[in-house]
Parts: sequence; C-alpha cells; structure tokens
Amino acid sequence: MSAALLLLRREMALSWNGGGGPLLACGFLLSLAVIVPLGAGPRLDQLANLAPGLVWLALSLASLLTLERLFERDFEDGTLDLLALGRLPDEGVVALKALAHWLTLGLPLAAMTLPVGISLGLAPSQLPLLALTAAIGALAFSATGALGAALAIGARKGGLLIAVIVLPLFLPPVIFGAGALVAQAEGRSPAPALALLFACALVAVVIGVLAGAAGLRGSRT
Amino acid sequence: MDIESGSQNAGAGMIRLTLDGLAVRRGERRLFDGLNLTVSPGEAVALTGANGAGKSSLLRAIAGLLTPEAGVVRFEQDGEGLDPEVARTRHLHLIGHQDGFRSGRTAREELAFQVGWCGGGPDGIDVAVRALGLEGLMDLEVRRLSAGQRRRLALARLLAAPRPVWLLDEPLSPLDARWRAEVGRLMQAHLTDGGILLAAVHDPLPIPARTCEIGGTA
Repeated sequence: MSAALLLLRREMALSWNGGGGPLLACGFLLSLAVIVPLGAGPRLDQLANLAPGLVWLALSLASLLTLERLFERDFEDGTLDLLALGRLPDEGVVALKALAHWLTLGLPLAAMTLPVGISLGLAPSQLPLLALTAAIGALAFSATGALGAALAIGARKGGLLIAVIVLPLFLPPVIFGAGALVAQAEGRSPAPALALLFACALVAVVIGVLAGAAGLRGSRT
Repeated sequence: MDIESGSQNAGAGMIRLTLDGLAVRRGERRLFDGLNLTVSPGEAVALTGANGAGKSSLLRAIAGLLTPEAGVVRFEQDGEGLDPEVARTRHLHLIGHQDGFRSGRTAREELAFQVGWCGGGPDGIDVAVRALGLEGLMDLEVRRLSAGQRRRLALARLLAAPRPVWLLDEPLSPLDARWRAEVGRLMQAHLTDGGILLAAVHDPLPIPARTCEIGGTA
C-alpha cells in the first residue's frame, strides 16, 4: 500500500477513535440549532432572514474545534519525526491531513447543517444548495485550518493562535457561501456566489498546502 | 557483501557519515561546538555525555530534524555526496524517546504504519516481529505494552524497513538483560552488512563501538 494511503487511513481512524472529535463538533452544531431559535424568540420570519449567516457562523466555528489536535499531538508524541523520515514530501503530509480532516469532520458537519437550517427556518427548497455550499466551504476550512495548525506547531496555547490565524481567512467562504443562499432566497441566481466559493476553496487548498508544508519544515529547525 | 546480507541494504550502497565542525544550540545554550566525527560503513559509535549534554540533539541534527548552528552533516554513498533530504527520507532511521505510537491503537496497526511509511513491507514486518519476540503482543493496544516491549516494537522498524544508518537514542535502556544481548546481536548483524550506527548511551553498547564524548568542548 502506498505511503499516502497509509497516512490517510491512519488519520481517518485516529480522527474517529481519538476521543470523538467529529462527534463533539457535530454536537456543537446541533446545540446551536436548538439554542438560537429558543433564544431569538417566536418570530420565525426574522430568524429565516438571518439563517444563512447563522448556519455559516456555526459551521466555521465548529470547524475550528479539532484543529488544535491536527499537528500538535503528532508533534508531542514523535509522529512528526517519523513522518519526516518518509518519502512523501511535507506538502503531501499537509494535504492528506487536511483531506482526512475534511472527510471525517467537514463532510459530517456539512450534513449537520441541514437540521440546523431547518430549525432556523430556512426554506426546504434551499437545503440542497445549503448542503453543497457547506461541503465546499468545509473543504476551504479544512485546508486553511491545516495551514494554521502547521504554523502553530509547538506553540503553547496553540488553539488560540490557530483561531487568530485562521478566522480572518474563513471570511471569504462565509461571505460567498451565505451569499449564494441569500441570492437564491431573493430569487436571483446563486451561480456567481457559488463560483466564487469554489474559487475560495481552490485558493485555500493551494495556499494551505504550500504554507502548511513551510510551517512543518519550520518546526524542524 | 554476500547474497544474504545484500537484502539488508538492497538498492543502497554503503553510506559514510561525516560531521564537520558541528555546533548545536538549543535556546540560549550552546550544547556543543566544533564536533568532528567520521563514521564508516560497518562502524558503531556510542555517544556519551551527561544528561542534557546534547546527545539527543546531535542525533536529531544528523537526521536533519534540527538545524545546526554551524558546521555540516555530510552523507556519502559510494564516494558521492548525498542530498541531506534524500538521506533523511531514504537512508536513515531515528528512534528517539518519543516513538510516535498512539496508545489507543494496536501494536500491529502502528508498526504496519511506521514500516509502510518508511518503505518496508509485510514480509519485513513478519521477520522483525519474530526477531524481537513480539508475536504475542501484536494485537494488544500499545498502551498495554511494558516500556521494554514498547521499545522492542519501536526497534522492529529497523529490521522491517532496512536502512543503512541507525540513529538510536538510548535504545537499550528499558530492555532486560536478555533483550539487550539480543538487540546487540541485531546491531552486530547490521554492522556486518555495512550499516552504520550511532547510539546515545549511558551504559556501554553490547557491541564493539567507538566512544564519542559529547559536551566536553562546551
């Protein structure tokens, strides 16, 4: 089996075994689906106006939750030293870790945005677009998150540092993802915002992998 | 090399390691300075020195996981210089105090990952598991292994994914007398095959080795 496949399988297995990180993030998302409607009062139409933004806020914050563990645990237990001895370049390591993060956390979160959308009063006709944009946005969040996590390797209070690095970079996907939903709700075509969301995800993957690999190399000095 | 030992370093010629004026600093403290050392194929070097003298840092600097303050680490294969990155990713093993095993996964899963990552295959794993007496332990979670068993699991990578340069950080400290002797025999076989070995130690290695005192120059 190729080294890349080995790493991807291990990362995915660890993500589910190592304390249920994805479950925690999904629970966080679902608890928002309960708390926000209760806290915002009985005016459903007002809530529905805010729904796209609230869903994306919840998705971006839930994506942050497990980022601290992405490289830090490997750094502490010596796995990063081992990874440096393999033929796969650092770019590959970062890309696979981001991919595993997306598959085990991003996609379940994207699925969980559906009940959140429903409870916030989003029109049922908008749910397919919500799932699609959330899946693409989660990919951008995973790639950007890998960048932040790699730069924070070895830092104390790394989780806080990661949030500070990463949250500003989360803004473009949030803007265009929520923008696509708003455009659809107002009867305009969501295609332009959707195209920009795709572009954001592509840029995030390229920059995240390259800069994350530089962070990984920097941790070895 | 005869045919049998040819399998050890298949595809890799003999490697010579040269340290030239190496200086390593951790934070504010310079650990050592002006370290010169040449290790030829078939040679073992025992790195000695007080706690904190810089033995582990030296091993990491040789492996390319730590940038030295001054000096160079050179690997030569059949008289030609090797790119340090190629040496790191193909020709050397570093086994330190942190073995990279996740405590909640089984010994079999973790060894298969480490060996596969370093280019070894299932056949090599079988051989290594037998050589290090791990047969009955492979289905246990790593957290249930004793310190000595866990170290043997880490050392199994050396046999299962053969590479000519072994950098070992106190490889024998948690092992009992029987396994110290056994691992000594495996080290000897590695040297006979033309491999090289640097080990940070406090007790003498069970094989003939040169001693290099670290930290005397600081």
